[in-house]
Amino acid sequence: MPASRSAFLRGVKGSAPFAIVIVPFGLLFGVVATEAGLNIVEVMTFSIMVIAGAAQFAAIQMMLDDAPTIIVLATALAVNMRMAMYSAALTPHLGAAPLRMRAVMAYFLVDQTYAAASVEYERRPQQTLAEKIGFFFGAVAPVCPLWYVATYAGARLGTAIPPEFALDFAVPITFLAIIAPMLRTAAHIAAAATSIALALLLAFLPYNTGLLVASLGAMLTGAGVEIRTQGKRG
Amino acid sequence: MITDTVQIWTVIVVLGIGTFLIRFSFLGVIGSRQMPEWALRLLRYTPVAVMPGLVAPLVLWPAATAGETDPARLAAALTTLAVGLVFRNVIGAIFGGAVVLYLTPLLIG
Repeated sequence: MPASRSAFLRGVKGSAPFAIVIVPFGLLFGVVATEAGLNIVEVMTFSIMVIAGAAQFAAIQMMLDDAPTIIVLATALAVNMRMAMYSAALTPHLGAAPLRMRAVMAYFLVDQTYAAASVEYERRPQQTLAEKIGFFFGAVAPVCPLWYVATYAGARLGTAIPPEFALDFAVPITFLAIIAPMLRTAAHIAAAATSIALALLLAFLPYNTGLLVASLGAMLTGAGVEIRTQGKRG
Repeated sequence: MITDTVQIWTVIVVLGIGTFLIRFSFLGVIGSRQMPEWALRLLRYTPVAVMPGLVAPLVLWPAATAGETDPARLAAALTTLAVGLVFRNVIGAIFGGAVVLYLTPLLIG
């Protein structure tokens, strides 16, 4: 078996466990977006163009809250800013690939493919470029196509769900479930607490701009606490 | 309901392009140059800085109850957070929150 082929299969294995997360998220997005009034073409284009669950949920929620387009975009893009970090982290390993290939990989650079690839490249840094690319697309295979399929199934299901199911609360619960496991350090907890406090205090500001101010304040708080706790340790 | 089709399509297209450009940034253009330490430090906190602030008003003042704090939604939110913190498991946390969301109205009827 050629080395890049076995790397591809290793990639499939590496990200396969994430399929368990992708299916319910995709389903939920399809349902929530459909309930919010998007038609099947809009829902599918959303998932195919953006492939970023948290930002997609955030955008739907902000549009439901009648936020202006520019604020919807600023908030959703802020949720995705972490991916610049992923892009920087994988560049030493994939940066030598042809431009078109890098563009395709950038499109598929989601939380799960990043997680699988960064672990692999750290474990086997001396692999060839072809193997590293092979692994990356292997990690894409069980995750990204499922995201589209699950979204489609959710959108088809969406309108059939009665209001007793309190689906308006699917987004808050999903977000809390994503955030909770991230609260590993004092800095993360401080950032989250600042975000909540400022968002509630600034809720009176027009056009949901309070959330943007709260996010910025929370990022600075997280970074500040990180510096202080590191200083103590070092 | 979101009724503004122009807004929906603007958000889909611009968010799609913007997200791609974020993902392509270093891989495509900036290359192997190191990101400054302060930038990495800020980026580390983007998810925990944005999402809690987005959720907090939805938990305390849900639109579905016209902004009235609802015990079922509040209990569900706290359960989700607790399960997520203790078990570090996203799907388990969603499931726990959903169970409490549906059971609380039955219990306090």
